[in-house]
Amino acid sequence: MRTGSQDGITRRRLLGGGAAGVFLARAAASEKSKVVVARDAALRAAGGSPDSSRVLKMLDRGMQSFYACDSPLDAWKKVVRPGEVIGLKVNCLSGRGAATSLVLVEAICERLQQAGIPQKDIVIWDRLNSDLERAGYRVASRTDRIRCVGNDAAGYDTDLAVYGSAGSLLSNTLVKTCDAVINLPVLKDHGIVGVTLALKNLFGAIHNPNKYHTNAGDPYIADVNMFPVVRRKMRLTICDAITAQYEGGPSYMPQWSWPYNGLIVARDPVALDYTGWQILEGKRAEKGMKPLRELRREPRYIATAADARRGLGTNDPRLIDLVEV
Amino acid sequence: MERRAFLQALTIPCFAAPAAESDARYTIEARFYEKLPYKKIKCKLCPRECVIDDRERGYCGVRENRGGTYYTLVYSRVCAAHVDPIEKKPLFHFLPGTMALSVATAGCNVNCKMCQNWDISQARPEQVNSTFLPPRNLAGMARQYRCPSIAYTYSEPVVFCEYVLDSAEAGRAAGVKSVVISGGYIQEEPLKQLCRRVDAIKVDLKAFSEKFYKEVVNGELKPVLNTLAILRKQGIWNEVVYLVIPTLNDSDAEFRGLARWVKAELGPDVPLHFSRFHPDYLLKNLPPTPLATLERAKAICDAEGLHYVYIGNVPGHPAESTWCPKCRRVVVDRAGFTVKAMHLEGGKCRFCHQAIPGVWGGGTSA
Repeated sequence: MRTGSQDGITRRRLLGGGAAGVFLARAAASEKSKVVVARDAALRAAGGSPDSSRVLKMLDRGMQSFYACDSPLDAWKKVVRPGEVIGLKVNCLSGRGAATSLVLVEAICERLQQAGIPQKDIVIWDRLNSDLERAGYRVASRTDRIRCVGNDAAGYDTDLAVYGSAGSLLSNTLVKTCDAVINLPVLKDHGIVGVTLALKNLFGAIHNPNKYHTNAGDPYIADVNMFPVVRRKMRLTICDAITAQYEGGPSYMPQWSWPYNGLIVARDPVALDYTGWQILEGKRAEKGMKPLRELRREPRYIATAADARRGLGTNDPRLIDLVEV
Repeated sequence: MERRAFLQALTIPCFAAPAAESDARYTIEARFYEKLPYKKIKCKLCPRECVIDDRERGYCGVRENRGGTYYTLVYSRVCAAHVDPIEKKPLFHFLPGTMALSVATAGCNVNCKMCQNWDISQARPEQVNSTFLPPRNLAGMARQYRCPSIAYTYSEPVVFCEYVLDSAEAGRAAGVKSVVISGGYIQEEPLKQLCRRVDAIKVDLKAFSEKFYKEVVNGELKPVLNTLAILRKQGIWNEVVYLVIPTLNDSDAEFRGLARWVKAELGPDVPLHFSRFHPDYLLKNLPPTPLATLERAKAICDAEGLHYVYIGNVPGHPAESTWCPKCRRVVVDRAGFTVKAMHLEGGKCRFCHQAIPGVWGGGTSA
């Protein structure tokens, strides 16, 4: 199902019965950044864990819709090529509950292998081994099967990457190991920078993320995403919105989490972040909470990432082709 | 792939966590913070007052919230240790001609674009090689290397404040002095504790404008000026360094404003060092400071009535030496970091008996 002005799909629908609002899509489709929101109201039974087979189907719907393919395999073949080493940049800082779901990563690995990427060419990675472990992953370095590694073990490149306000050493996994990266952030609130989605997840690739949270992460988050190696290797973002969090992040706060039962798929990280931000704002409004702007943590870095100098994507809802499946 | 098979694929732990990462020897509870709801904490060490979630670190990268308790990860975690001339700090009125055992840990609470030590100051402790050097051992090492002082330097001692405090105390018990080389970005309470335990503090005043602090340092000027004023009130020996960067902090107006503020708030006898910039880190697009600029800065400050204005990073320049403000003769003759001759007796000029303020070995002369 396509959402947009012609279909009259409102944010209420996007939120599954939440706040009002409409993404207008007036510009020509060819100029738009496509963002697919795949959801499954029956993803989990009676509030339990997500069903792995339904997560796989939801992923397939999202990918097929995004790439306009008849089969998930065709879609994945547009993302990766055999012989490439594919990194899956998960988000595990907050441990179980607010980390990239293992069940989603499992589904992606399955499809990657079917698309011709052997286990040995798949690397799940994040900042620290301990972060991965607390989120339920097990670090693994054997090169004949799927690897799972923190930057603390893999180390950092010695060349300083510099753009604008940001200067960082980048993860060896990003720079040296992977040919391409699929970004797997989580749909959640962030107490300093507003929201942490596709753009912010790249802070897990740099050695000094603590330096770049001032001024609500603006322009640092955008500038980190401007590093040439990041731009060159970032292939796709699949935001884990199975469980989302609208307040209290990035730590896991179950009282402010809700089962969104969805995934957000995009190549344009700015459009994805804008879309995710609106979903979280909608939920905040539904709960009677102030918008992030009034709390002085509006994610301004999203607009910065979209500015003329950086051009990382669009945050203009008229130029976002939002599709719900 | 079955879920079970997938999980099995990830169940072979092959990485031993780096020893430094998991080593509890370096971790003690921080002393300057307050607890907040939902296991958050607010750091009270520096003016940033970082509010930090569980499992997160502050701006400095060396303090971590673990379950609502805040820890420093750099206690005794020394990543750099050298025996340097005290003139290299620079401290020119503090035991001239002596050596200082100079140590640092990783981390810093600002992010200066011109940092010469960014590889340790902008790193987290587990990202650099470190050695375990507890306070008592540090003091013993200083004695072993015949260093009358320990200098906490290179990165930013504020972020390893607990280690400085305890090491200074151990040093004092062993007859070794302590000096802190800092950006001065610190809150009043930890600063006062430092003043009680160390013997001198050199402050890098990065510029005399908030604009520079915001754009180049990622900090604020006002708290640094407050630090300098507190040092004055506390009576601890203090010198000020100003790194002159072409086009960014080198105007006559800024030099004059600085000179007038120093004279009014700290007095004319505080040594002020104008240091030459060399391109590094994120400021590689600017040239080294022209000598003429440094000499202009000195001339302005001399004219405003400051007594001890130095030029640094220009080996052999006459303004490396200490001149008596009364008889205008050299009382400490320097070439680079080397003291060639001393013409001081009991902290006074040998030629005219003018008191020269400083810590000269036989006590403080003010």
